[in-house]
Amino acid sequence: MQWETVIGLEIHAQLATHSKIFSGASTAYGAEPNTQACLVSLGYPGVLPVLNREVVVMAARFGMAIGANVSQRSVFARKNYFYPDLPKGYQISQLELPIVEGGHIDIVLEDGTEKRINLTRAHLEEDAGKSMHENMEGQTGIDLNRAGTPLLEIVSEPELSSAKEAVAYMRRIHQLVRYIGISDGNMQEGSFRCDANVSVRPVAQAELGTRAELKNLNSFRFIEKAINLEVERQIELIEDGGKVVQETRLYDSDRDETRSMRSKEEANDYRYFPDPDLLPVVLDDEFLQAARESLPELPQAKAQRFMSEYSLKAADVELLTAARATADYFEAVTAEIDDPKMAANWVSGELSAALNRDNLEIEVSKIDAASLAGLLKRIQDNTISGKIAKDVFAAMWEEGGDADSIIDSKGLKQITDTGALETIVDQVIADNPDQVEQFRAGKEKVLGFLVGQIMKASQGKANPGQVNQILRTKLST
Amino acid sequence: MALSKQEIEYIAHLARLEIDQGEIPDYEAKLGKIIDFINDLEHADTADLLPMAHPLAMNQRLRADEVTETDERDYLQANASKISGGLYVVPRVIE
Repeated sequence: MQWETVIGLEIHAQLATHSKIFSGASTAYGAEPNTQACLVSLGYPGVLPVLNREVVVMAARFGMAIGANVSQRSVFARKNYFYPDLPKGYQISQLELPIVEGGHIDIVLEDGTEKRINLTRAHLEEDAGKSMHENMEGQTGIDLNRAGTPLLEIVSEPELSSAKEAVAYMRRIHQLVRYIGISDGNMQEGSFRCDANVSVRPVAQAELGTRAELKNLNSFRFIEKAINLEVERQIELIEDGGKVVQETRLYDSDRDETRSMRSKEEANDYRYFPDPDLLPVVLDDEFLQAARESLPELPQAKAQRFMSEYSLKAADVELLTAARATADYFEAVTAEIDDPKMAANWVSGELSAALNRDNLEIEVSKIDAASLAGLLKRIQDNTISGKIAKDVFAAMWEEGGDADSIIDSKGLKQITDTGALETIVDQVIADNPDQVEQFRAGKEKVLGFLVGQIMKASQGKANPGQVNQILRTKLST
Repeated sequence: MALSKQEIEYIAHLARLEIDQGEIPDYEAKLGKIIDFINDLEHADTADLLPMAHPLAMNQRLRADEVTETDERDYLQANASKISGGLYVVPRVIE
């Protein structure tokens, strides 16, 4: 039988606010346990939640960026369940009237075609605390610093039909939330994580199969692996005459398998009801207009502009616009040197390689845009060759300092003095009579060898264009 | 409308309440009255009414995104039955 996979994703993005969604406690990551857990985070009786304005602005911005309806009236509800990392006994979330409804994201499939993925909704809620089980002598330790951190839960329609599509979709959302500055998207720190609802059905069957929910997938690689494993498991199960049970499953990366976490049957009875502690959130036109104006240029619009304004290839543009900081860096360099192609090559080449090697984000690059532009200007004015520039780049990266002082101190200035170059060319001609003979007999290729010898003799400091010219003149006489 | 014994036990379980078998008839009667009241409300004509999420005809106030709370861990943890290394300690929650 031919099977079809159906996937819907629920992405949780922590919003990049200073304070929590319903209290003035800090959301900074990595603090000592419970030092950012105030009375509201701890769920003390008698405390009241007060909504953080920035959280609402960020959700509105997201809705606008995906072409969704930003609800002018939304309501918070209580989702009731007992777990020690949620001391109130309920999570404040949104059910019937979420702040964002609809919208879509276009993903690019492997064959290069685009597919539009519709979103169901995006709603605001509070994060829970963290449970620690290690070194607790059979007990559980609770850290409530994270409790009350604002989350935007972004829910897709079940329109993804493979693990690869799910990853492409998640990458787009990841890119977008960082672009519009609403989440740092840090997956290691759990700021961006996802649950996947996965089911299979025979091709051409309209009705959806029973789904399993894969919880807390926090890397792109794990999502792909976990979904593929789950699809395989479900198909095998059904083909062996079994039935998929609706349940929550956990991906175990060590054993490379998914396994049942708990039966959802009971856990699902959340008894939602409107939270009487919070009034409906009403956004007037002025509020929405301000949120719209705070939207930066979006990734796809930026990519279009880079192609038309800078005449760059799609592949270069993809890399340069992947993150807003990279795009800003590129634009700062090209504004200085007025050569988009050269700027693109260096940002996506040497710079990206160096950042990857040192595992750094471009925001904290050891060479800033102005310094890189300073280096590239020395290529443009023939002070150094492109090849030497790579050495200067490496020196700037390792030791700091600007291009000019490194070129000076290491004596890397290109030899442009024709007399000096001619001396080297004469020497190389004299040292390689066989090759000179071959060239004169019509073997053009030998010229490359001779240029190479001259470059070597000049320790890379000769200007290759000039060398070529002098060499040709001398060989033709 | 009366609730079954199983429904009473299920509701008690969701609320993490331990109830004696002997108390069940009492709950049946009391909860049944609440259900009857809700059933009465079902007869009201609400066709032209907007759903109400809150009895106050007001909108939510928003606060500025500022950190206003300070670390009061020691003070707050004095209320905890068990702490360790800054963590609240509870019975193990996973197998």
